[in-house]
Parts: sequence; C-alpha cells; structure tokens
Amino acid sequence: MKNPRKQTCVEIANAVRSGERSAVDVVEKTLAVIAANNESTNAFREVFHEEAMDSARLIDAKVARGEDPGRLAGVPIGIKDNIATTEGTTTCGSRILEGYRSPFDATVVERLRLEGAIPIGRTNCDEFAMGSSTENCAFGTVRNPWDTSRVPGGSSGGSAAAVGSGMVPAALGSDTGGSIRQPASFCGCVGLKPSYGRVSRYGLVAFGSSLDQIGPLTRTVEDATLLLEVMGGRDRRDSTSADQAIKDVVPQSRIDLEGLRIGVPRQYVQSGANDPDVQACVDEVVGKIEVAGGRIVEIDLPLTDTGISTYYVIAPAEASSNLARFDGIRYGHRAEDDGSGLEQLYARTRAEGFGPEVQRRVMLGTYVLSSGYYDAYYKRALQVRRLIKNEFDRAFESCDILLGPTSPFTAFELGGKPDPMSMYLCDVYTVNANIAGICGVSIPAGMDQVDDDGRSRPIGIHLQAQAFDEAKLLGVTAALEEMLEFDDTLPS
Amino acid sequence: MSEQPRSMLSEEAVRKVARLSRLAIEESQIPRYADQLSSILQHIEKIQELDVEGVEPMAHPLPLNNRLDDDVPTEGMPIEDLLKNAPSVRGDYISVPKVLGEGSS
Repeated sequence: MKNPRKQTCVEIANAVRSGERSAVDVVEKTLAVIAANNESTNAFREVFHEEAMDSARLIDAKVARGEDPGRLAGVPIGIKDNIATTEGTTTCGSRILEGYRSPFDATVVERLRLEGAIPIGRTNCDEFAMGSSTENCAFGTVRNPWDTSRVPGGSSGGSAAAVGSGMVPAALGSDTGGSIRQPASFCGCVGLKPSYGRVSRYGLVAFGSSLDQIGPLTRTVEDATLLLEVMGGRDRRDSTSADQAIKDVVPQSRIDLEGLRIGVPRQYVQSGANDPDVQACVDEVVGKIEVAGGRIVEIDLPLTDTGISTYYVIAPAEASSNLARFDGIRYGHRAEDDGSGLEQLYARTRAEGFGPEVQRRVMLGTYVLSSGYYDAYYKRALQVRRLIKNEFDRAFESCDILLGPTSPFTAFELGGKPDPMSMYLCDVYTVNANIAGICGVSIPAGMDQVDDDGRSRPIGIHLQAQAFDEAKLLGVTAALEEMLEFDDTLPS
Repeated sequence: MSEQPRSMLSEEAVRKVARLSRLAIEESQIPRYADQLSSILQHIEKIQELDVEGVEPMAHPLPLNNRLDDDVPTEGMPIEDLLKNAPSVRGDYISVPKVLGEGSS
C-alpha cells in the first residue's frame, strides 16, 4: 500500500467510497500522524479527535447503507484558524479571540462537509493573517517541516506545514497578498488563490475585504481543483461571491503546452531579482516548457514593484475598518474595567489583545484614511490599483498564462526578517494578483542547494491567469506538474 | 504645509493615530512605532511617482451592484449561542461599563 502520508484527497475518497477503506481508519491514522509530528512544526493549534471520529462513523454508515457519501468522503482537512468552524475555537492566531467559539460554520466548511470531508483541526497562522512567516502568532511560531530552523512562510503557514509534512492531504488557507501561495512554495505543496469572488468569504474573518480569498493547499493540482469545485460558486451570504458557474472551473483535461503562450514578465526574472537557486529553477522550467512546444513570450509588467506600496495602503485601510469590531464588548478578550470609561476600555482591550504587527497595520490604515491624507494615500492607491489591473489585462492579450517564481527566495531562518518592511517585500510576486482580483497558483518545482546540515528546501513556481480563468490556470498547471515530476519525498 | 517630508511620522502623530485607532499604546512603545511606520510610509511613497491623472479609482475587483435576495425568512441564531462568547452577561443582555452620567467618559 502507498504510504498513507502521501495519499491524495482523490485516492482517499475513492478508497472510502468503494468500501476498500473505512473513514474511521483514515481518521484514526491521521490523528496518529498528527500526534506524532505536530510538536516539530506546531502546524495544528487544535485537533478535533471526537468530532472527527463521529463524522467518520457517519460516513462509514452511509457507505454501508449504499448511500453516496460525497466526493470527498473521509478526507481529513486542516482549517486555517481564521475560518469559522463549529468545532473548537476560532481565534485567528490572536489573544483577542482566545476561546471564541463560532456559532456557525464558514460556507466553505459547510460545503466540504456536504461532500463528506472531515475538518480534522485548526492550523496556526499569523495573527489575522497579517504576516509572511507565521511568526506573528499568539499561539507559537510554526516551523518548516523540511527544515525546522526555517519559517513555513505565511500567513497560512500552519496549513502549508500540515500538508507539506504529510499530516493531512489538504488544508484551507486564505490569501490576501500571497498568504496561500508563498507558504505553499516554502513547504513544497500546491497552493491556489482563486479569482476574487470565486469562493464565498462568509465565515472567513475579514482582513482586507476586497483582497481576501479562501483557497486550498494540497499535494496535487487535481486535489486543488476538486476542492475549488466543491467550495466555489455563489453564496447568498456573501454578496461579493460571483455568479460565474463553478462548473467552468474544472479543466476537461490537461491543457497541452504545445503552442500555448507562456508569458514571463521580465520584472520577475531580471538580474539580481531572485536568489540564484530560485532563478535556476525558473530557467529550467522555462526550458522544459519550450521543449514541450510552449511559446515563451516576454512580458513587461513595470508596476510589479509598485504592488507592495499599493497593497500597504489598501490592505491596512480595510483592516483598520474590519478590526474595529474587536472591542471587547460582544466577544473575545475584555480588559479589566478600571472605571475609566467605555472608550478607555476599548483602547486597553485592543492594546492587550492585538499583537504588535496588527497594531501597526491598524494604525497605518487609520492614518492613510484620516482627514488630510485620504487623497494622497488611499484614493491614489485605488487609482494605482486600476493601473495594475490594466497592466494585467494588456499582458493577457499577448499570453495565456504568466509564469515566474512564487517568492524571490526559499524559506528563510526563523527571526530572519526582524523589520516589518523586509517581511512585506516577501510578497512582491504574489500581491498584484490580489490587487487585480486574478487567480494564481504555486506548485513545487525543485529544491534549493543542500546546506552544511544536509537540508534543502522547496522552490515554488507561480502561475497566474485572468480572473475567472481557473480552467486554463489549472489545466496548464496540471500539465506542468506532470512534466516537472517534483519528487514529493516527504521531509523526514 | 510643513517642509518635513509627508512620510515622516512624528511621535505626536503616532499618539494621535493610536487614539483614533482606539489603541492604548504604552508611551515607551511610541518611538518604535514612529520609526517603523515612517519606514513603511517611506516605501509607500512610490505610489506618488506615478501619473494617475484621470484614472478612475478601483475600490473593488468586481463591478459592485446592489444585490437583492428573495424575501424568505430564515432561522436566526439562538440568543444563548451568541451570548456564550460575550465577556460579561446579565440575563439576555451583554453588560458594559456605564456609558452615560457619572463615571462615564
């Protein structure tokens, strides 16, 4: 039998649906693997032992009765800590929500359950998804399973570490500026950020409402596609969920690379832009695409560099407004009442409950929206946002897919980026997809140089396609995945 | 207009923005936040270099229209489920410090 730690969602669901393997067995083994491995990475904050076993028994009973247990029958899934589940506590990696029990499931969780998937636990993330290393987490730093002296990326670092280490075949993440794709690239898994509006955000604790999307982290493109198909589509509880039929998402087959126009923006590969190992990997992938008959098209995206500046106006502005709800009144942490009044209670609650990165971004957002600065920062950033979208629109007139590295470097050392600005620059290649609302995916494509300790870390390749063109994005990525044959030997 | 570059945030400006943000930042933390926020704002200055004359601001990736739902009543959430997360409860109500009158701010 194939190593259970390397099984995919499709393999597990097929085995459970056919009665070859029970969902109870899948869950028991998964719980055992998590128990044995979680300490080394801290990927999971909570594990749902009893609830997951109860769900598994219900699925097995359905199979026994001859009923359809769903397309994801028995598949254990990790849930990022900013996505609501009725099991456990939904904390967003923050003290301010410690102990918060959601009275409802996020739409994505509800849809996964309807197809037989089993939420197995909650994965650690940067507080309110603000970060690129999962070091800004009130419940402990997450470590990279390939090299525990390194970060897993972020903010969905727990989800990436959980999938990358083989604890679960899939986990959910959220991506506001790269928070699914960058950790997926650091941990050697597939990470998909759908087009804005493709997946309902109901039950995702809002950070930047015009940028946030939920997406899957998996071991294969096929699994990411299946999860997107199950989770996506219009939801009446999220008025920004789009009407586009989710059926169009699923590629009928792998898209042949022959004759396909792959755009490589010169800003993604220019001299000095990337670490040498990352650059060599991109060059190798480009070479293989050419051998397979793909046409490499040089693209100019001069606003690539402007993305981070634009993002750090828009995202904090939206965050400062979204996070105003955490005031210690209706839920979460409340500071001791010292008689100094309600407004002081809010201010002390928030200072005690939010970590430094969140406080920084709330202040930054408040500043760029404040009287006298609104036009110079917020309005101007929204204008630049339009220019960035126009730039992508033009690029997709001359190519089908954009390709480059997911990150300029591989996983860095814990504590390696102590000042906020250096951390923000991690997202240089991913953030513009959120700004424009297009879709993007990272797949593992190679490993960096083995270091003195005998360890090396995965390198991710980033593909982007026009908004709502997931069928093309995933069809091409599946073909590339097959061609690259990434050795998914799990970290020891 | 002051001659100081706009991106430099003074300690006084940080105190003001902290107050607007409802964050009781400790005085000892103010200089650090002033440094960090200034360095971020300096980077953000890049957007000032672009010509945005006549460009329509883009608040959202999707064309936003009002969306009407069918007028069908649905189940609300039980009060006890919602109150179980409140830090302080009296009966079916959330309890807060006095807002009006003596002892309020």
